[in-house]
This record gives sequence, structure tokens and C-alpha cells, in this order.
Amino acid sequence: MTRKQVQQRSPAWGLLIGLIFGFLLHKGGATKYDVILGQLLLEDFTVLKIMLSAVVTGMIGIYFMKGRGWVTLSPKAGSLGMNIPGGLLFGVGFAVLGYCPGTIAGAIGNGYLDALVGGLAGIIIGTALFAALYPRLQKGILQKGDFGDRTLPKLLRVNDWAVVAPVSLLIVLLLAWLESAGL
Amino acid sequence: MDFLMEVRWSPYTVGIGLGVLSWFSFLVSGKPLACSTTFARLGGRILQALQGQGVEDRPYYQKIGLALGWQGLLVLGVVLGAFVSALLSGDFHWQWVPTRWALAFGDSPLRRVVVALVGGIFLGFGARWAGGCTSGHGISGTLQLAVSSWISAICFFIGGILAAFGLFALAG
Repeated sequence: MTRKQVQQRSPAWGLLIGLIFGFLLHKGGATKYDVILGQLLLEDFTVLKIMLSAVVTGMIGIYFMKGRGWVTLSPKAGSLGMNIPGGLLFGVGFAVLGYCPGTIAGAIGNGYLDALVGGLAGIIIGTALFAALYPRLQKGILQKGDFGDRTLPKLLRVNDWAVVAPVSLLIVLLLAWLESAGL
Repeated sequence: MDFLMEVRWSPYTVGIGLGVLSWFSFLVSGKPLACSTTFARLGGRILQALQGQGVEDRPYYQKIGLALGWQGLLVLGVVLGAFVSALLSGDFHWQWVPTRWALAFGDSPLRRVVVALVGGIFLGFGARWAGGCTSGHGISGTLQLAVSSWISAICFFIGGILAAFGLFALAG
């Protein structure tokens, strides 16, 4: 327990995990504007393939470790008023910038100056604008349709694996379909 | 070690690698992979430098705190990790205008930077509104089966696809 607490406090792990994260993002092509726009224009499905295979691998492992008591989940709280407008605005930025907050860090490492000079400054300005508006949004739209930090198994009141198994299967089938369609 | 020098790996190798990385992140740090809060903290620190004390007392910065910590190091690690991979595979180069952008909108660096700035503003604003980004919601949250993350991730792509088609339609 003590060892775990020390590990949780050690921020050095963040650097190592980030290094591998950035290395993989570059190897996947996700640090590139052309690859991200290819996905959003539905011509190149690299980004979706990376995300879905990460989700299925991560989900099975995390739920296995949760079952053994090795890890605790930390799902984000949300509401319809947060996740729908926020998600759509994020999507517009994703398409116009062509990077996201993680891949822009990778794009900077790749030498892309539009990410460093334009995008990075824009993201920081955008977050500051949100922080300035937060007191007005906090008690209004952000609380509409609140569902807290529920996970799908909790929402449906079923065993974890009753969701993990079919979602994994659906993702694998979707990936197989993308491959067979040559996308 | 030749595979380390390849420019691109299969998206499945990369995705499975990211999934396994998320196991380790939970195990050793008790935290999911996520990036966007760091940019909000950087913004708070810049405001603090410009406006002095009191910034950390504003409601949003109270909520997230201004310590860069674990996630700040993770974002720095992403820059370095991508740099190492790009360097090893001979793919590191300075570039102002991406190819696909140049074909549609011309090769003016100024135009590209201004549009990237505007896109970044939407992205940063939307990430904070939704409470996460493509890594925090899109990968880490969906793999935990969080309801908020599945809704957000689907909306990221709906907004992104509509805006990308709209934008490229302007190019004719």
C-alpha cells in the first residue's frame, strides 16, 4: 500500500509513459495533419484503427485488473450539456487545426511549425477563454442532463463483462469490416 | 532493432501498444493517459505571469489546480518520444504547411498558422467544455466504458467530420 502511494506520487512515471506515448503516436502517423484530415474526410481510417485497437486492448486489460483489485477506475463525470456541445466544438477544432491536444505535442516533436506557432497558442487561448466563462457556465448548461461518473455497466446495472465482451466483439467486427472494405 | 527505424507501423501494432501502455499507466501511476488539462494549466500560469496573484483563485483554476505535475511531464514526454521516433526513422523535418493543406489552400505559412490558431482555440475551448480530449475521453475514458467519454468521443468525430467536409468544400 505504501509502495503504491509512493508510486502514485512519482511524476517521473509521467515522463516515461509520455515518451512511449509520443513514440507510438509518431509510428502510427498520428502526429501528421494529413493523416488526421484523411480520417475526418473518411479517406484514411488510420486514426480510427489506432483508437479502436487501443480501446479494445486497454479495456480488456483494465477490467481484468479491476476484477483482481489491482487498479481503480477513474471515469470522468459528465452531462449532456458538457459532452455534446463540448464534443462538437472540439470536433470543429480537431478538423480546422488538424491535430488534437495529444497529437499536437507529437507534431511539435516531429518538427511541424504550424502546430508549434499556431495550434499550441490557440489551444492555450481556448482553455483560458473557457476558464473565463466557467463561472457563468458552471451552474447552467454544464449541469444539464447530468449523469455523473457512471460507466456503462453501472448505468445498465450489469456485470462488467456483460458490456466488455459485446463491446470488444463489436469493435473487432468493425475493424474486420474496415479491412475487408479496403478502408 | 530495424523496426525502430521504420517511419510507420501498422495502426494495430500502435493501438495495441497504446492499450498496453494504458494498463501500465493505471498500474504504476493510478492515472489514465490524458493531455488537455495541461494546456489549461499552462494558460493559467501565463495569466498568472501577466496579471499576478489571484489567477489561481478563479473557479476553474481552483478546480484543476495549476501544478503541471504528472500530466505535464507526460505531455513533455510525448514531444520527446515523437522527436526520438521521427529522428530514428529519418522523418524529422521542419515544416510550416502540411501537404494536404497546401494542395487545397496554397502554401502560405501565414494563412496556415492563422487557421491553426483559430482551430486551436475551438479545440482548447471544446476540450475543457467536454472535460477531456481525444486521449482522455477518446482512448482512456472509452476503454473504462465511461458514459461521458463515449458521448464525447462520438461528438468529436461528428463535429470533426462535418467541419472537415465543410472546410475542404470551400477549397472547391
